[in-house]
Amino acid sequence: MVLDSKHIERLLEKYDNGETTLKEEQQLREYFAQDTIEPHLEPYKPMFQYFANTKQETFTKDVPLKTKKRSYIYQWISVAAVIVIMFGIFMQFNNPAPKTFSDLSEEEQLAYNQAKEAMDLLSTKFNQGTSNASVLGIVGTQFDKGAEKVEYVSEFSKTTNKILKKPNKENKNK
Amino acid sequence: MTQADFVNIVMPFKDKVFRLAKRLLVSKEEAEDATQEILLKLWNNQEKIEDYKNVEAFSMTMTKNFCLDRLKSKQAQNLKIVHSNYQDNNTSLQKQVELNDSVDWVSKIIEALPEQQKIILQLRDIEQYEFEEIAEMLEMNQTAIRVALSRARKTIREQLTNTHKYGIR
Repeated sequence: MVLDSKHIERLLEKYDNGETTLKEEQQLREYFAQDTIEPHLEPYKPMFQYFANTKQETFTKDVPLKTKKRSYIYQWISVAAVIVIMFGIFMQFNNPAPKTFSDLSEEEQLAYNQAKEAMDLLSTKFNQGTSNASVLGIVGTQFDKGAEKVEYVSEFSKTTNKILKKPNKENKNK
Repeated sequence: MTQADFVNIVMPFKDKVFRLAKRLLVSKEEAEDATQEILLKLWNNQEKIEDYKNVEAFSMTMTKNFCLDRLKSKQAQNLKIVHSNYQDNNTSLQKQVELNDSVDWVSKIIEALPEQQKIILQLRDIEQYEFEEIAEMLEMNQTAIRVALSRARKTIREQLTNTHKYGIR
C-alpha cells in the first residue's frame, strides 16, 4: 500500500494531538513498517518500530494454579459435622414420637398387655414376699433381745468365776 | 470453573498484563512476578470473574494499581528495582545497528515519562485499545486521556528528532 506523504503528514499531526482513530494509527504503522520512508519522516520510524517490537513480547512464565484443596477439606469437614449434629437431633426428636400405644400392631398390643399382666402379677406376689420378709425383721429384733439376755448370763458367769478363782489362788499361796 | 476455562479466559490478555507491568516496572523479572501475582489473584477470585462484565479491562486496572503500589513501596524503602534488560527486549528483531540504537532510545524516552502517560501510551499505541476502553480501565475521562497521550507522543517525537539530528551531525 502506497500512501502519499501528505496524507501521512496530516495523520501524524492528528496523531500528535491524540486525535487519530485506531484505523488511522494502523495506517501509520503500516507506512512506517516499510523500508522506504520520506527522509523528513524518518524520526518517527523508531517509535513505531518500537511499538511493533514491544507488542511481540509475551509472558512465558508458568503460573502454578493451585486448587484450593485445604479450604475444601475444611468445608467438607464442617458439612460432615453439621450432618452428624442434624442426625443426632433428628434421632432425639424423632424416636419417641411414633411409639404411642395406638401405633403398635394388634399382635404387639396383645403381647404388651400380656407382658403387663404378667408383670402386675409378679409385682403383687413380690409385695406378698416382702411382707413375709418383714417377719424376718421381727425375728431379728427378737433375736437381738435374746442376745442381750445372753449377755446377762455371761455377766453372771464372770462374777461366779471371780468367786471361784479366789479360793484357788489362796490355795496356791499356801 | 476448571483450570482450562480459566486459561481460556486469561490467555488473550495475559501478555498485555505482562507488557503493562513491564512498562511500569521496567525489570522483566519484576514484571513476570507481577503478572503471576495478578493471574493468581484472578484465579483465587474466580467465582467473581463471571460478575465482571469485562475481565480484561478489570485485569488491566488491577495491573496498573498493583504496579503503582509496587513502585511506591519500592520508593518508600529507598530501593530501586534493578533491571538489566535494556537491550534484550527489542534487539533480536533489528537488522540495522543504527535503528537499533534509536529504538532503544524510544524505550528510554518512554521510561522517563510520567507514569500516567506511560500507561496511556502503552494501552493505546502498543495494545491498541479504544479510548473508551482506556477510560474504563483508568477511570478517567476520554479528553484527559487524549491530552496525556498527545503530550507523551510529542515528547517522544521531540526527543527523537533531537537525537536524530545529533546523529546526523
